[in-house]
Amino acid sequence: MCTGRIDLAFILRALSNGMDGVFIGGCRLGECNYITHGNYHALNKVLLCKKIMEHIGLNPERLRIEFMSSGEGNLFVEVVNDFVRNVKDLGPFGKSEGIDENALNLKLKAITKLIPYIRLVENERLRVHFDTVEEYEKFYSSEEFDRLFRELIADKLAISEIMLLLRERPLSTGEISKNLGLTPSEISRHLKSSARQGLVKYEESQWRFALA
Amino acid sequence: MEGEAGNFKVTLTKKPKYVLESKCTGCTVCVEYCPVKYPDQFNQEISENKAIHIYYSQAIPLITYIDESCLYLKEKKCRICEAVCKNNAIDFNQTEEKVEVKVGAIILSPGFEPFDPKLREDFGYGKFENVVTSMDYERLLCATGPYEGEVLRASDSKHPHKVAWIQCVGSRQVTEGGNSYCSSVCCTYSQKQVILTKDHNAEAECTIFHNDIRSFGKDFERFYERTQNLPGVEFIRSYVSIVKEDPVTKNVTVRYSTADDGVKEEEFEMVVLSVGLNPPTGFKELADKFGSELNAHGFCKTNPVNPIETTRPGIFISGAFQGPVDIPESVVTASGAGSQCGELLDYRRGKLSRERVYPPERDVSKEEPRIGVFVCHCGANIGRIVDVPSTVEYALTLPNVVYAQEQLFSCATNSAEEITEMIKEKGLNRVIVAACSPRTLEPLFRDTLREAGLNQYYFEMANIREHCSWVHPKEKEEAFQKAKDIIRMSVARACYLERLQEFDLPVNKTALVVGGGIAGMTSALSIANQGHEVHLVEKEKDLGGMARKIHYTLEGLDVQEYLGDLIQKVYQHPLVHVYTDATITEATGYMGNFVTRVKSERGGTEIKHGASVIASGADVYTPTEYLYGEDDKVMTHLELEEQIAKGDEKVTGAESLVMIQCVGCRNEDRNYCSRICCSESVKNALKLREINPQMDIYILFRDIRTYGFKEDYYREASGKDIRFIRYESDAKPEVEVAVSEDGRDVIRVTVPDYVLGKKLEIDADIIALAAAVIPSAGTREVAGQFKVTLNPDGFFKEAHAKLRPVEFAADGVYLCGIAHYPKLISETVSQAYGAAGRVLTLLSHDTVTASGSVCEVDENKCISCGACISSCTYGAIEFRETPQGNKAVVNPVLCKGDGLCNTKCLTGAIQLKHFTDEELLSEIDALAPEKEIIIKQVEAAV
Repeated sequence: MCTGRIDLAFILRALSNGMDGVFIGGCRLGECNYITHGNYHALNKVLLCKKIMEHIGLNPERLRIEFMSSGEGNLFVEVVNDFVRNVKDLGPFGKSEGIDENALNLKLKAITKLIPYIRLVENERLRVHFDTVEEYEKFYSSEEFDRLFRELIADKLAISEIMLLLRERPLSTGEISKNLGLTPSEISRHLKSSARQGLVKYEESQWRFALA
Repeated sequence: MEGEAGNFKVTLTKKPKYVLESKCTGCTVCVEYCPVKYPDQFNQEISENKAIHIYYSQAIPLITYIDESCLYLKEKKCRICEAVCKNNAIDFNQTEEKVEVKVGAIILSPGFEPFDPKLREDFGYGKFENVVTSMDYERLLCATGPYEGEVLRASDSKHPHKVAWIQCVGSRQVTEGGNSYCSSVCCTYSQKQVILTKDHNAEAECTIFHNDIRSFGKDFERFYERTQNLPGVEFIRSYVSIVKEDPVTKNVTVRYSTADDGVKEEEFEMVVLSVGLNPPTGFKELADKFGSELNAHGFCKTNPVNPIETTRPGIFISGAFQGPVDIPESVVTASGAGSQCGELLDYRRGKLSRERVYPPERDVSKEEPRIGVFVCHCGANIGRIVDVPSTVEYALTLPNVVYAQEQLFSCATNSAEEITEMIKEKGLNRVIVAACSPRTLEPLFRDTLREAGLNQYYFEMANIREHCSWVHPKEKEEAFQKAKDIIRMSVARACYLERLQEFDLPVNKTALVVGGGIAGMTSALSIANQGHEVHLVEKEKDLGGMARKIHYTLEGLDVQEYLGDLIQKVYQHPLVHVYTDATITEATGYMGNFVTRVKSERGGTEIKHGASVIASGADVYTPTEYLYGEDDKVMTHLELEEQIAKGDEKVTGAESLVMIQCVGCRNEDRNYCSRICCSESVKNALKLREINPQMDIYILFRDIRTYGFKEDYYREASGKDIRFIRYESDAKPEVEVAVSEDGRDVIRVTVPDYVLGKKLEIDADIIALAAAVIPSAGTREVAGQFKVTLNPDGFFKEAHAKLRPVEFAADGVYLCGIAHYPKLISETVSQAYGAAGRVLTLLSHDTVTASGSVCEVDENKCISCGACISSCTYGAIEFRETPQGNKAVVNPVLCKGDGLCNTKCLTGAIQLKHFTDEELLSEIDALAPEKEIIIKQVEAAV
């Protein structure tokens, strides 16, 4: 098994289970144990996941990937100690970021539901290859990526969250907005497009939106 | 040793280890308690080790032995190791043993001995504390080295910031105590050390004092460039002497000279002597014992057209006993020696092997999981940190665990038997051993399950040693908690484990060799001599390849005569089928079962074969520089050789002849060294000198790379008044058509002379260009057909530059000759035998076994998007037409189980067996503090 096998689902599951941090150790870049260079794919995935974490208000420092060989025990120790220290400093997952537990669970659930879609985005739009970690980091902090993320993932995520909320009971735009920390205008944009797709409907009687 | 090829009798003296190999588990508790400290031989005596110790961390077997420094052996005192060993592995009654073995062939691989600079006082080694050899430095850099990977000075245990390397220590010297030859490997190993030093300490200043830089190996030129471009790294071309040591700082002063600044002195905090390679210790006795001859330098005397055989039939060599070689060549010759033994002993192949028979497998797929957990003490390795009995009790509380026990050493033979017994007695259908890393012992325990009639994939290993007791020796309570976590994760996963089948695929016993040059023919003959049919495909009308243009070698071999013999042998061999004027139209299949279509003089042929050897050769660059093609006085080095062989008087009667090295390579377009050209030019120069002692011969070079024993010919050439003039890449020689003072039509060559500090003008009658060796035109097409890759320079890329030099990453496809990289004839022959050796390891089996842990597609979930197919560089997945449309299907033989495709699949249709989403998520869940999750998981699984 290769680090390329590591799925967004694994990372999210660990976080949903209350883990304060996730560390991934892989072979050195360019020194793949296979010929697939899956560690580059893992790096891609981790950087995307960090962006998602940041987007939902989590500290991306809770996730870290490092590359080393089996002969670098000392490096492993150094890196893990540093990571553990960092995570301890960050404090408990979600709480120290000031996110309400229910809201956090909702967000993590919403992303998990989106995983197949995120894979599609990765396969079709984020298939980038660079040689160094620095170049990857540069790409993931570029405006180009920011735009892709906004257009392709952020909106979908918001809709996924709205759907999850509405599954429990019908809600008004204001209530949804409060729950998700998004502006009412954004919420009504999402609700409008979801209504067009026949996903939600407006319950006149309750003055609220509900699943269609 | 007595006897002859095919029937040797060898008597071996086996020194006592005082440790029973069958009992020692390598737990090293004895090492900890041993009171005797003595200089660690493996770490160059820089740090200390104990009288009982494991030689080094990769030693095989990975067990201890007792050295002569032992108190008991010396004074009959102590025996502490005996007392602390919980497995009774210590045996002081062991004595020297004589073992007699009967063998058909012998391979000598005694290696080399690093040059000892103590023999020469001028380097200050052994006198100045901070002068170390490159072997010492290699250990200092290593994580398992004397200071655990820290580079420290012997004088004050401080990190040196200013380090100098001195090249050619003991090499390329005809003075007393030195070796005249070039040790071949030092230039590149020093560069590696510089890079590692900069990795350790980015601020370090590194200076390399060198003669020619000989980065002639594959990809070495780029490596050289990378080293040069590091900040704080300086290469200085100068001879040096070590002047003095500062009595206070213990820094070392080095004196050197440069063309610009003259003689200078500079102080360094550490000086590394790049020591060369000597013949192995005791080489004379070794040669006497085996009746093989040595060359003038004390290395083995070899046959230039078969550098793997000694002068005595049936005795072969591999590695540096041939002369200074680096890792890939050692591996190549090792494999080649194997092939030659195979040729000699093929009639006895397989006579001593026995098949292992396992009991039939019990089908437990319908049963509920019944897990057995075996917690290992590993002597005291785990036991003294982790509370093993409590861990066992804990394991018993976990869902589906029906049995748990502790074991002193789970890997000991009696423990394995105990596991087998318990599987039967308790009806276990999943087994967990909580012990060490699966890397070493998983195969053993899987075998234990098979012995008990369980599918081996029902085994799971919980690593509570490397991942727990070893890293947390000071936090016992936390280690105990962590051990429980690790075991709980394993239990959760074990519930999901499935019975997996390994595949046995039939192997077609025939080989295909692409390319009929020396490499292809030698390889084909070696394979055929071991009883396999070989189809040899050559694109030209005649066999011979590049060698048809070569007439003699430096050592004096008549190449055409040798080539004629070789071609004759190929045509006469009943098992070799030659196809000339041939093109490959299609290549399909995989390891053991390839199908290749060939169009040749014979018409169209479909060849079914189990292995493929790519030996498609290379071309010579057609220069666009130095008036080549415009003036017939300018020719390539091979054309020069042709003219010399023909006796063309224009060449042999020339008054003045200039050779220009590095034409078309070591530049931006081709950033590699063509390796053979320096030897080629020296060879031609010596030949011309022999024919015409009056001729003025000049060789304009950047670095002369006559590595190994070729250095002697370089020296001979210098001695015979052949003038070597160095130029730099930014001031290349200039040529123009001119008329000399005495009225000859000449080409005037202008080049700066760095020694004299002025421009030099030479009127040449003939110019010979050392044109680069370039990948042959068809390389890219062949690469596509056989699904193999090329390096940045367009040569074929081997699976691993050091460890798998004649294999491709694609199984069943092998590589040899200059298609891999430029090389000399003797090196090509070695590699051809090497490839044949690898081919035989495949073809000598009736079947190949593919792992059960491969990917599988659930066709109902597959939506034909092809994401998995494009992610698989092994080409293991393809579409298959079904009534429901195209569905991805995995060829389990090609799948290597990396699982990358799993994360690309939109619907989770493709799953890596043994590492499925369920199995991995169950482990993640089990780690969570809420115990309910596990229980929920397990309920769901059942």
